[in-house]
Amino acid sequence: MKEFKGSSKYVVSEDLLRIVNIAIALEKPLLIKGEPGTGKTMLADAIAEALGKKLIIWNIKSTTKAQDGLYVYDTVQRLYDSQFGGEGVDDIKKYIKLGKLGEAFADDEQVILLIDEIDKADLEFPNDLLWELDKMEFYIPETKQTIAAKKRPIVIITSNAEKELPDAFLRRCIFHYIAFPNQDMMTDIVHAHYDNIEDHLLQRAMEAFYQIRDLPTVAKKPSTSELLDWLQALRLGGVDPEKIEKELPYAGILLKKTEDLTAVKNAKNRVKNGYRW
Amino acid sequence: MFTDLFYFMRAKGLKVSMNEWLSLMEALERGLCRNSLLEFYYVSRAILIKTEADFDKFDEVFLEYFDRIQHIEDIPQELMDWLHDPKNMKKYDKDEVDARTTYDLEKLRQMLEERLQEQHERHDGGQYWVGTGGTSTMGHSGYAATGIRVGGKGQHRHALQVAGERDFRDFREDNVLDQRSFQLAFRRLRQMTTRQDGPMDVLNLDRTINETCNNAGYLQLEFDRPRTNDIKVMVLFDSGGSMTPYARLCSQLFQAVNRANNFKDLKIFYFHNCWYSELYTGPRCIYGESVQTQWVINNLSRDYKVIVVGDASMAPSELTWVGGSSYYNRYNAETGLTWLNRFHSRFEKMVWFNPIPEAMWEYDYGYQTIEMIRNTVDMYQLTVEGLGRGLKKLVSAR
Repeated sequence: MKEFKGSSKYVVSEDLLRIVNIAIALEKPLLIKGEPGTGKTMLADAIAEALGKKLIIWNIKSTTKAQDGLYVYDTVQRLYDSQFGGEGVDDIKKYIKLGKLGEAFADDEQVILLIDEIDKADLEFPNDLLWELDKMEFYIPETKQTIAAKKRPIVIITSNAEKELPDAFLRRCIFHYIAFPNQDMMTDIVHAHYDNIEDHLLQRAMEAFYQIRDLPTVAKKPSTSELLDWLQALRLGGVDPEKIEKELPYAGILLKKTEDLTAVKNAKNRVKNGYRW
Repeated sequence: MFTDLFYFMRAKGLKVSMNEWLSLMEALERGLCRNSLLEFYYVSRAILIKTEADFDKFDEVFLEYFDRIQHIEDIPQELMDWLHDPKNMKKYDKDEVDARTTYDLEKLRQMLEERLQEQHERHDGGQYWVGTGGTSTMGHSGYAATGIRVGGKGQHRHALQVAGERDFRDFREDNVLDQRSFQLAFRRLRQMTTRQDGPMDVLNLDRTINETCNNAGYLQLEFDRPRTNDIKVMVLFDSGGSMTPYARLCSQLFQAVNRANNFKDLKIFYFHNCWYSELYTGPRCIYGESVQTQWVINNLSRDYKVIVVGDASMAPSELTWVGGSSYYNRYNAETGLTWLNRFHSRFEKMVWFNPIPEAMWEYDYGYQTIEMIRNTVDMYQLTVEGLGRGLKKLVSAR
C-alpha cells in the first residue's frame, strides 16, 4: 500500500496525513469539513497526484440526485434511433450512461473519487448513497446488470456544513475537520505557491491578516485563498511592507462585505487612539 | 479491548455507535494506531466523532479516561531500547497468569515505578520484569490479565497532551454562536407535505420523457404531488426592560427567523415580560400596534409552532395577579399565567427560549417566574445547542 505524504503544491498537516492514510487503509469514505478556503477540494487533487491515481470529481449542486451519479438511461436517444432505423436499438446497454460514481466503479484501476460539497444537495441525498458507498455496487434494472467496483475507489467527500448530514451516513465515514492553518503552516502554504516572496513583506502581511481574522466584529473572515490573492496584489503593486499594517492596501481583496471593511476601519481608528486591535 | 472506554464515552454523552466502535477495533487490529496513544487519539477521533462540535467533549472524555494511565514518569530510553524488538510468546497457562496478574491500576503503577528503579537489563518472556513476549504485567507483545503497555515508537508528544490542549473549544455547540448558526438551526424546522395527500398537479418531466419514449413516442404524462414545507411558525419576542442586555442576540435570532424563507407562514409578535389580552405587532409595544390575543387564538390554526423568546424574569405579580401588568395604565382582567395557559392549550407545539444561562435559572433574579413558566412550557437556553433541541421538540410527533 502506497502511503500519502503530501504533494508539491499542497501543504498537508500531520493530522490530516494520518487520517487520509487511515481512511485508505480502512476503505471508508473520508469526510472533510472545514472553513471555506482551507483547501478541502485541493486535498483530493493532491492525493491523486501523490499516489499517481486518476481523479474523478463529482460536483454536487442543489439539484443533484443520487441517481445522477450512478447512471442515466437515455430513452430519448433510443426512441430517436428506433424511429430513424439506427443500429442496435434493442440493446439497452448502449443507452445506459454511467455517472461519476459508476465511472469510478467501472474503472480497471483504483481511482480517487471526490464528491465535492455534498451538503449542497437535498437533505436526503447522502442517505440515497448509503448502499452504493458501503457495498461499492449498484443494480441497473433496465439491463439487469450489477455494476460492482473492480477496485474500491478511494472516496473523499467535502462539506461546508450548510446542512446537517444524516447520522446513518456519518457513521460510515472517517471524519476530519481542517482547522484554519496557524502562522507557521500558513508560511509553508504561501511558499508552496509563490517561491520567491520577500520575507519581510510576507511577515507584515501575515500579521495584518491574522489580526483581521481575530477581530470579533468581522463576519466573513478572510481565508487562505484570499490571503494568497492579496499577497500577489501587494507584490504587483510594490507596496512598502511597513505600510501594510497601517494602511491595509487592497483591503477589498480580503474583505468582501462593506460591513467588514467598516469594522476593520473602526478597529484601526481605535489603534490610533492608543489601543491594540 | 477498551470496551469500558466505549461505555465511558456513551455515558459522557458522545453518540458513539457499535459500527464505529468495530471500525476502530479493526483499525487497532491492523496496527493503524502504531501502538501509540497519540495515534490512537487521532484514529479514534476520526472514526468515532463526526462533528467538530464534539471534538472538545471528546478531548475531555479522552483526557479523563487516560489520565489515570499516563501519570507514570517518563520511561527511560534505555528501557525502550530493550523493548524495541519483541520476542515471540511462549506457551503459557492462561488461568495461572490471570490469577497472578490481576491488579488495580494504582498497584500496577506502583509496580512499574519499582521496576523502573531496579531493572538494569533486557528481560523477555518472563513474569516479573518489563519486557516483551512474557506474562509479566509490564511491557508489550505479551499477555497478562491487567497490565501497562510499555513500548512502541518514541513520540514527541503524548496523546494526553494533545487532548489537553483542547483546540476545539470554540466549536462546542453550547457556545452562543452567530446568526449563521441560527439560520442553520432554523433549517431543521421543516415538515414536508407527504406524498400521500394533496393534488397530483406537478408534471414530472423526467418520468414523462422516459415513459413517452418507452411508449414508442406516444405522449404519456406523469404527475406528482408537490412536496413543500408545510410548517407555520409564530414567534413571540419579549421586548425591552430586562431583555436589553440580550438585544444583539435577539436581533440576530430575529434576522435568522426572517431570512428562513422555508416556512409556509411566519407571524411575529412582541410582548413585554408576559402577554395579556393584547399582543404587539411592533417591538416598541405601543398601544396602536397591537392585536387581540383572543383573536390570534381564535383565528390562527392549531398547527402553528410557537416560539417564545424571553428571559421569563419579572415580578411574580405580573404573572399571577389580576391587574399585575407592569404598565400601570394597561389593566389586565386576567392573570398572565391564565393567558399563557390559554395560549398553550390552543397551540400545543410551543417552546420558550431563554437567553439566561440554564445554570442560573434557579438562582437568577427571575427564578420564581422562570419556574412557573417552565411548568407550563418547555424552556431551552438560547444557544445553538438549545435552539436545536427546542426546534426538534417543535417538529417531533409527540
